[in-house]
Amino acid sequence: MTQLALVIDLNVCVGCHACVTSCKEWNTSGWAGPMTDQRPYDADPTGVFFNRVQTYEAGVFPNTETYHFPKSCLHCEDPPCVPVCPTGASYKREDNGVVLVDYDKCIGCKYCSWACPYGVREFDEQQKVMKKCTLCIDRITDMSLPESERKPACVLACPTRARIYGDIHDPDSEVSVAIREQGGYALQPEWGTEPSNHYLPRRKTRIQIHEDELVRVDNPLKKEALPTLPAAGETLDDVAW
Amino acid sequence: MHPAFSVIFLTTLIGVGQGLFLALYTGQLYALANLLPAQSSDFYAVGSMVSLILLFAGLIASFFHLGHPERAWRAATQWRTSWLSREVLALPAAMGLIFLYGTVHFFDLTKPLFVISGTLPVDFSLIIGGLGTLAVFGLFLCTAMIYASLRFIKAWYSPLTVANFLFLGIASGFMLASAFSAYQGNSLVSFYGTWAVIATLFGLLARVATLYRNGRFRCKVDLKSAVGVHHSQLEQKAQGFMGGSFNTREFFHGKSEGLLRLVRYLFLLMVFVVPVILILLAYALESETLPLLAFGIQYLGLILERYHFFTEAQHPQNLYYQSMA
Ligand code: SF4
Ligand code: SF4
Repeated sequence: MTQLALVIDLNVCVGCHACVTSCKEWNTSGWAGPMTDQRPYDADPTGVFFNRVQTYEAGVFPNTETYHFPKSCLHCEDPPCVPVCPTGASYKREDNGVVLVDYDKCIGCKYCSWACPYGVREFDEQQKVMKKCTLCIDRITDMSLPESERKPACVLACPTRARIYGDIHDPDSEVSVAIREQGGYALQPEWGTEPSNHYLPRRKTRIQIHEDELVRVDNPLKKEALPTLPAAGETLDDVAW
Repeated sequence: MHPAFSVIFLTTLIGVGQGLFLALYTGQLYALANLLPAQSSDFYAVGSMVSLILLFAGLIASFFHLGHPERAWRAATQWRTSWLSREVLALPAAMGLIFLYGTVHFFDLTKPLFVISGTLPVDFSLIIGGLGTLAVFGLFLCTAMIYASLRFIKAWYSPLTVANFLFLGIASGFMLASAFSAYQGNSLVSFYGTWAVIATLFGLLARVATLYRNGRFRCKVDLKSAVGVHHSQLEQKAQGFMGGSFNTREFFHGKSEGLLRLVRYLFLLMVFVVPVILILLAYALESETLPLLAFGIQYLGLILERYHFFTEAQHPQNLYYQSMA
């Protein structure tokens, strides 16, 4: 079984919102569209987005870390939003695990959005149906595209490659390796929804080294003693070592 | 959660309707056992009609909650997994049976079909009423489980939610039955009044227990687990947009703590205290109007109670909107 998902690397996300705008651009005009807006150029603008980027700060100034946190449907392996849907409009695809809404069946009762603990389903006030991230199902299943483009719009747009896409059930896929080797984690794991999307934590590679490891104090044979520098005026090129 | 009036009216109106039907059928059973004087068939027929009107009004209210009411029939398909779908089936089932119950009484089709052990005459109304009772209890369960089955919304995820819907529905229905009897001038006023008071007291127990529970628990997840950054000082700096979104409209009530406290005290008074006092007064004064007043006040109180029910619920998605929460 395939379970397509995103792995989002918080270590490199710079919070540029390129994924947000490319998602809206692709999906509003595609299979999952339109993603309608209300009062887009007025006071209090609002509209449907499948993906949003939030910002968090850990620590107390000046010792802080900024986290940009992209947030979209996690395509849970055990999605609580699906069984509650009274019409069957919400479903999880058998072949690739993507969770989708059939707009033609949805009655707009919003019950699924209550049942999702992550708040990633958005009701379209104009079309009166529930919408959510489709993982760009129309792109990733489009065999007429070259394989390098058969990826969600956000993944292609990300300038820092903070978004990796693939099958998390394939242990050798890029996403599985990233989750395994770089500490990938799931959001709100307490609920047992088993989100497919994972996040990679902030990682710092710091060398743990002491002063006395830089300057050798113990040098019993004195073999590596530095030559004394020649007198001023000569360049290093003139020195024969 | 945002308290939507469509759902508030749906749950309170069908609650009264269901309770009223249970009251009628209870009255019939008592009359059968010769514990109460038998009523004219008009009493049951008109009563069923009132109950039906209330259920129908609830149904209409529910349509205002839907984005596409014209597709509502589709909601009957997922009864295997969805309590909402089960409610969509249980509501018309209960309405149909209540309609039949009223019709059977209206046309006096109440000749005994057979007699059990020489004492219990069974007629159409008894059978249909029994089935109707089952459907009504099923409907109470479905309506309440829509909320009680959402394990992320801790304030609702409890058997107390079911008890609450059940007792308050029965209480208001019997209250209305008492008012209806008073209006018709029959002798069932105090019978229904007594049961209304008993159901109200059970409702009070369930509601106070709910308030106590909801005032004390802590949510299983916090911001750290929601974002996955386990730092003791984690602060949200941006929520991803500057205008509102579905997330900030649907899951927040935006009401002040003061208003909610007022609503809480008001509904405790109007659902539980005042109606009970009025029913007791109605006994003492043998008044015909006080039961009606008791029902009216309790129903208004129930609207406040449901309003509070929604505002009590904290959705875990609110963790991602710290400045709203
Ligand atoms: S993140 Fe929410 S909407 Fe997406 S599959 Fe999980 S529960 Fe459903
Ligand atoms: S809003 Fe649509 S998709 Fe969601 S539960 Fe209702 S019918 Fe299903």
